[in-house]
Amino acid sequence: MEQSDATAVAQVRAGNPDAFRVLVERHSRHVFRLTFRMTGNEHDAEDMVQETFLRAYRQLHRFDGRASFGTWVYRIATNCSLDLIRARKRREVQQPQVADEEGKEMAAAAVANDPTPERLAYSGELQELLRAALEQLSPMERTAFVLRHYEGMCIEDISRALGVHAGAAKHSVFRAVQKLRRALEPVMGPAK
Amino acid sequence: MKHLSEDDLVLYYYGERVPGVSAEEHLGSCAACRTSLESLRQTLDAMNSLAVPEPVENYETRVWQRVYPAIEAVEIRRRRWFDWMFGQRKWVLAGAMALIVMGAFMAGRISQKSQLKVAALSGQVRERILMVAVGEHLERSQMILIELANNETKGLVDISEQQVLAEDLVNENRLYRQVALKSGDKSVSNLLDELERVLLDIAHSPSKLDSAEFDDIRRRIEAEGILFKIRVVGSNLKARERGRVRQGQSKSL
Ligand SMILES: [Zn+2]
Repeated sequence: MEQSDATAVAQVRAGNPDAFRVLVERHSRHVFRLTFRMTGNEHDAEDMVQETFLRAYRQLHRFDGRASFGTWVYRIATNCSLDLIRARKRREVQQPQVADEEGKEMAAAAVANDPTPERLAYSGELQELLRAALEQLSPMERTAFVLRHYEGMCIEDISRALGVHAGAAKHSVFRAVQKLRRALEPVMGPAK
Repeated sequence: MKHLSEDDLVLYYYGERVPGVSAEEHLGSCAACRTSLESLRQTLDAMNSLAVPEPVENYETRVWQRVYPAIEAVEIRRRRWFDWMFGQRKWVLAGAMALIVMGAFMAGRISQKSQLKVAALSGQVRERILMVAVGEHLERSQMILIELANNETKGLVDISEQQVLAEDLVNENRLYRQVALKSGDKSVSNLLDELERVLLDIAHSPSKLDSAEFDDIRRRIEAEGILFKIRVVGSNLKARERGRVRQGQSKSL
């Protein structure tokens, strides 16, 4: 029979670190998807997966079982990634990256030349454009958007996960959508 | 007729409650808002095609293989700490401490037999046990504070391990502070009072700190002058302890 998350947590707490393996193996793919969307690249996403599980292990004594282990660990993954992209933004302010801007413009231009949906669907240009659009969001906007759009979390839960007021979480989602629409205008046309 | 705002449409798209209006009803009767919603939907649906790389086969196992060594390291550190905290000597001390605490707080509420045991500990022995236990407690606290004060990590600082230890120390600290108060040892109880605040600060701060937040913690440790005070009180305790040992030796001669 498959061991439940709660059982595994209890075993780790009882002094069996190996029981943590079940939890890592069960949740790592989902955590990767989340950290990839948050960080926008595989290398950082991988780092955040490891960081998330290590942090979860260290803080397991704080896990109170009110939410499921999955919910708790995704919350840790979100906050790890948020920390990382905040630090990344600060570094960018210190040394702005011109290459990023250029790449974005080139992608937009390529897409604008022949924006048929078929050609676009899985093209490298579209991927580049979507990634660039997400890069324009502030760390908080990106986090709120990823949680709302990809994780299907409601505003209320997002505010709890990030420790902000519901109004602030909602506002971040709105700002994110506005910025994404502006960034995707070359393909989607202006907002009506 | 007031149209739905873009924000209203975003809420509607995600199935959140749109405050103040019945969005469903309005959309049913307003072509302009339906067009706006459609345009929003196209953009947001496009975001769904953001590709996430499919992790390699055996991905889960590989994550575990990478996480495991770090977990082992945490365990080794914890065990070392635990051995130190609860080494044999500590158990003897803890037992004696429990008796003293019971004597101090529960006199009258415990059996006569236990009261006799407590009474059997002379005032000197009691003080000595307290001194040794508090001395060790201060040393452990000092270790964490020094570790934090000397951390040179650039960027994010992870203090989650020190936080786990600080939480343990807070509980211990409370006990010793109460005993020190009862036995009228003002310098010790004042120090423990300050130490408790610093330990609580550490235990309750976020576990990943950026350099500004970390500097803040470090400043708080420094502002209290707590490390200096620990050294002073710690060496006073040691001197008192040495004095006793010498007394004992000369008596036995
Ligand atoms: Zn309308």
